[in-house]
Amino acid sequence: MSGPVTARAAGFVACTRCTRVWPGGTAQCGRCGKPLVSRDTHSLSRVWAWWVAGLLCYIPANLYPMLRTRVLFTTSEDTIVGGAVELALHGAPFVALIILVASVAIPIGKFVAIAWLAVSVRRGSRTTPHSRHRMYEIVEYIGRWSMIDVFVVAILTALVQLNLAASIKPGPAALAFALSVIFTMLSAQAFDPRLIWDRAEDDTDAGPRA
Amino acid sequence: MHSTDIAQVDPGELIACPQCDALYRARMPGHGERATCARCHTVLIAPRKRAGMIIIALAAAQLILVLGAVWFPFLKISRQGFVNNATLLDAALSFTGGPLLVLSLAVTALIVLVPLARAILTIYVLGPLVFDRPAPPGALRLFAMSEEMRPWSMAEIFALGCAVALVKVADLAHLSFGPAFWMFAGLVFLTVIHDRWMCRWSVWQALEHGYGARRDKATA
Repeated sequence: MSGPVTARAAGFVACTRCTRVWPGGTAQCGRCGKPLVSRDTHSLSRVWAWWVAGLLCYIPANLYPMLRTRVLFTTSEDTIVGGAVELALHGAPFVALIILVASVAIPIGKFVAIAWLAVSVRRGSRTTPHSRHRMYEIVEYIGRWSMIDVFVVAILTALVQLNLAASIKPGPAALAFALSVIFTMLSAQAFDPRLIWDRAEDDTDAGPRA
Repeated sequence: MHSTDIAQVDPGELIACPQCDALYRARMPGHGERATCARCHTVLIAPRKRAGMIIIALAAAQLILVLGAVWFPFLKISRQGFVNNATLLDAALSFTGGPLLVLSLAVTALIVLVPLARAILTIYVLGPLVFDRPAPPGALRLFAMSEEMRPWSMAEIFALGCAVALVKVADLAHLSFGPAFWMFAGLVFLTVIHDRWMCRWSVWQALEHGYGARRDKATA
């Protein structure tokens, strides 16, 4: 069974925001106003630009402290990983796991997944387009959840202001981490998933169509 | 489907999968059915009966809950006689001083402004359609804006953040939820339902042509 005809093969250009189909060569979607391109050829350069920006921010996000906690007269500084380890040692392994997954596993997994998708679109891949598309959907869906650590810092900073007893202040890593999450979200959004399927088309049935 | 003649069809009657570019003739699926892309299984059309009214009601509830969550105390902390209340806005604006101020503005946008804007835009754009009136001026552009904002609405992530914060300070101080926390939890729940009820294709179609055949304003 051969796949369905694509809008490009039928001489149309489709809007990826509102799914409206226009005659090929139309510059802008007449319905929702989005600029139309049959395939976003600059997609990959934007993906890599945001990807690098995200990675550059992710490094200081892990090196600098996320939180500065002062209890009575002792001050402690926690990095992302350090804070999670401390939580695990203080008998909250489950929450430590959430933090580690959201702040370490998901961001690193995202960097690897986006890079691999971008490379596989260029070079081709043995992995089926279905599983690559699935991976893209997961990356797009899950990326936002990394923001949780920034929100935790925000909540703690607002809340734990108890004069002498205890206070919490944000560290520079909070900003770096937030930027890293935002940049990787933009990187994933810049990726044009139609490229995954085009390549598959070329690989499997290069025969004549229409 | 019919690969030879689909190129001759009026493009207005077609729908292209936004994920893989597969082309189909757009047809309203039957009662309780959904149209999905045969190739990548993306849901294309998923209408529900009387969805318009429910979406409006949900958006109105979201609006009230966001405003409520901003004004009422959110979390309360106490330790050794010291007590502190924090509202949602306190949390959003907690990064003060220097470059962290940027972060405050970003967090405010993600957890208050974007959810608020999406609720208002939904009511403005869909409200008239539900009551069989022509789409309001600029409806198409505003709905497009609301769609662009969707991934940046992070209320539900913030709610999970509260739970983590709660555990994090458990041995430092006593923490309790204020009324705004429950409003916010309700908001998260409504947002999830809202996105499930909204069939984007039907909305675009309605905005382009007007609801049903009664008001035929095919100006595009």
